[in-house]
Amino acid sequence: MTELAERPANPAATAADRPIGFGRIQRKEDPRFVRGRGRYVDDIVLPGMLHGAILRSPMAHARLVSIDTTEALAHPKVHAVITGRDLEGLNLAWAPTLSADVQAVLATAKVRFQGQEVAFVVADDRYAARDALELIDVEYEELPPVVDVRRALDPGAPVIRDDKEGQTDNHIFDWEAGDRAETDAVFAAAEVVVSEEVVYPRVHPAPMETCGAVADYDPVDGKLTLYETTQAPHAHRTLFAMVAGIPEHKIRVISPDIGGGFGNKVGIYPGYILAVVGSIVTGRPVKWMEDRSENLMSTSFARDYVMRGEVAATRDGKILAVRTQVLADHGAFNATAQPTKYPAGFFSIFTGSYDLQAAHCSVTGVYTNKAPGGVAYACSFRVTEAVYLVERMVDVLAAELEMDPAELRLRNFIRPEQFPYKNKTGWEYDSGDYEPTMQLALRMAGYEELRREQAEKRSRGELMGIGLSFFTETVGAGPRKHMDIVGLGMADGAEVRVHPTGKAVVRLSVQSQGQGHETTFAQILAEELGIPPEDIDVVHGDTDQTPFGLGTYGSRSTPVSGGAVALAARKVKEKARAIAAAMLETRPEDLEWEKGRWYVKGDPGVGKTIAEIALGAHGTVELPEGIDGNLDAEVTYDPPNLTFPFGAYVCVVDVDRGTGKVHVRRFVAVDDCGTRINPMIIEGQVHGGLADGVGMALMEFIGFDEQGNNLGGSFMDYLIPTAMEVPDWETGHTVTPSPHHPIGAKGIGESATVGSPPAVVNAVVDALAPFGVRHMDMPCTPARVWEAMQGRPTPPI
Amino acid sequence: MQVTMTVNGAEVTRDVEPRQLLVHFLRDTLGLTGTHWGCDTSNCGTCVVLVDGEPVKSCTALAAMTAGHEVRTVEGLADGATLDPVQQGFMEEHGLQCGFCTPGMMLTARALLDRDPDPDEQTIREAISGQICRCTGYATIVRSVRWAARHGAGAAAEAPAIPAPAAPPAAEEVPA
Repeated sequence: MTELAERPANPAATAADRPIGFGRIQRKEDPRFVRGRGRYVDDIVLPGMLHGAILRSPMAHARLVSIDTTEALAHPKVHAVITGRDLEGLNLAWAPTLSADVQAVLATAKVRFQGQEVAFVVADDRYAARDALELIDVEYEELPPVVDVRRALDPGAPVIRDDKEGQTDNHIFDWEAGDRAETDAVFAAAEVVVSEEVVYPRVHPAPMETCGAVADYDPVDGKLTLYETTQAPHAHRTLFAMVAGIPEHKIRVISPDIGGGFGNKVGIYPGYILAVVGSIVTGRPVKWMEDRSENLMSTSFARDYVMRGEVAATRDGKILAVRTQVLADHGAFNATAQPTKYPAGFFSIFTGSYDLQAAHCSVTGVYTNKAPGGVAYACSFRVTEAVYLVERMVDVLAAELEMDPAELRLRNFIRPEQFPYKNKTGWEYDSGDYEPTMQLALRMAGYEELRREQAEKRSRGELMGIGLSFFTETVGAGPRKHMDIVGLGMADGAEVRVHPTGKAVVRLSVQSQGQGHETTFAQILAEELGIPPEDIDVVHGDTDQTPFGLGTYGSRSTPVSGGAVALAARKVKEKARAIAAAMLETRPEDLEWEKGRWYVKGDPGVGKTIAEIALGAHGTVELPEGIDGNLDAEVTYDPPNLTFPFGAYVCVVDVDRGTGKVHVRRFVAVDDCGTRINPMIIEGQVHGGLADGVGMALMEFIGFDEQGNNLGGSFMDYLIPTAMEVPDWETGHTVTPSPHHPIGAKGIGESATVGSPPAVVNAVVDALAPFGVRHMDMPCTPARVWEAMQGRPTPPI
Repeated sequence: MQVTMTVNGAEVTRDVEPRQLLVHFLRDTLGLTGTHWGCDTSNCGTCVVLVDGEPVKSCTALAAMTAGHEVRTVEGLADGATLDPVQQGFMEEHGLQCGFCTPGMMLTARALLDRDPDPDEQTIREAISGQICRCTGYATIVRSVRWAARHGAGAAAEAPAIPAPAAPPAAEEVPA
């Protein structure tokens, strides 16, 4: 364990030093959280509110023979019991997914994964609702389950989706990117080819707050108010309008404080819909909060990619091409959340940070008897899988070539003069300067010294590993000409109003789950207009109060909404110029801007502050032609391209030879997210993602037995790092602004989750090199590491 | 059944179901929603409160078991408008993001500082090792508790002074 550096007091504690704009300031949202005054969905209590609970399938694959709800309905505290048959009558038994499939809200003829929703009880309180679940009698006829994705397409495999007309197997889609023939030709001629099956196992975002909703349908005016744990309130409102047939203006989605999301709170889950149905049926508000097991077993999992990775290179370490075939386990319903044209998300960015001659990937999606999902857990639409594959394979190549993995990476980076860089699968990387970032990470880690220490330890039989990764992220989805989700363009809106006294409000379509939007977005506005962040109110998470937009996931808030806020602020600034000119009886072009104030060129003493201009706008100043009496603006930002943050990570591990236990001794992370808005928040985002990465690499895993029983269904089985499993992170940064983003910011939310797993696994494999280990799959638990040392690691299922 | 206990210094008496968990008693019966419910299995610690000064997972204690005891929740951490140095530390050092685990973390920190006013990093990590945070990666929580220790959190009842500005925070390394 590294020593904790004592940090001096934060100068931002005093107003005098607080930056108006970018810089380290304390978070505006923190005072309520440290007093226990955050307001999460489960804290919402409405008059007459009832509680819902879901009966779930104990089996992975079974025919529903009968459901008897008589006893449950007779419970004195029960108000309603809803089954799939009841929903069929309302045409609500099935709901469309975000991937053009359908998902059962409540099972009708069959259950297709363990934990699937079978019935919904509405009762006076949460205990009574749970009691009533025990009184429902369900008869199942067990069917053989499809558990191993590798067997899902076998000719005799049970067909999971017999509800879909014409579906005779478990195949969902085939998708490819890159030029297959060109890539195969490079491989055929290459001096060196390495190949490995690399599995990114099923994991779960498991935010500390589980998913839930309070639905309040007013039968008189027909308005539904839905408090939801959602990262995308506007998208949910539109989808509810499409699914439930409630007119969109009669739906208000409120996403209050959210206790962590990480992609878990993007999808629309049956529980949300059932809360709405429960409220309509009973005429009273209905709360539904899942418990932890329900969260882990039924809501959106992440990853589950079985990847055959191959790299072609020259003997002296020039990487020529990469190719991969992927088997993607999508579970029982194809409910992944990604842009329509990208069934494998942005996985084709698996070319990484390297200048290649060719690349090709193909992805086959299949059904299994597992929970649906796939795109979650800070994955940036499958960039996690892509980065893990390429960074793992580069290390495999380094081992084959007996070359230092740092040297191999440095030799193959895209060079700064090649940006904007068009890769072989069609992406245009906006900006990058990789070598200084890599060199900084190596310097901070003391890489040469670590290698010397490792050699010495190896000579004594001790197992120490040094793992590197260099990642290029792909975030800020995305340009509407390429990207939509169920037909909605991936833009976001921002609305800025400067009040007559010069204070301001900014309204956002995105929603924070802990990222600190109330601070970051106030800082963007402060930087643009010179209004102090404490004088700016940030409103989000309420569809009645904010402009439309697709929400917070894929690290898109700063790249997309950040652009919207900056551009709206610039509109306000230009309007302020016209009004200031009128107030100063001069021409707009004769005015000069300094932060917070327009003044007369050459006469800095004569000018008007934003507050004075705001009062003028709302007051009696004679306004110029075409300027109305306010200081407001609204922008919907359609990003011209994605942004491509990047970073270099170094992980140092010690492995216990006797037990296989991995100890993460050090972790150095150098990130480049372009322009930095609040370094404190950025560091926090990185730290959290690094812990995620250590968790996935070493312990987090949703496994299944042969019957399809979920083996990761509670926090006793789904292991998450505590403070004892992670080191004190060592962070650094470089700054390469995005050339197309209004403030040059690229986003940071998921960089560390994307970049850290390969660094940890590369370190573990490096430690195990004396045993001839070239690859092992996550999670690197003591048992699996020990197996790897014995030469017989089993793949995770 | 009727239970009587002290919650944040005030005596409360309520009728409860014998099986009611302390977390639900605090949240649903008393409306103290700063205490959260995260896992049911005593693993995550979002529900930690202090019972007679010791951290207890309130999802694994019955309200009835707490009868006659003193319970302290996050709502009882500040002294009126004056924050506990632990609360101040969490704001200073970015010890929270989504805020969901934060009440439990702060209460455990309070209990730690009550018995050890100057804990080192390892001691802090061990103290919070029964609790999970998904957002912070823990380092800033450790720093937050250290901040509180440096600002008189361990000494009982000293008014927490907001420090004068000192040197800037440890700068992250930037390339030469």
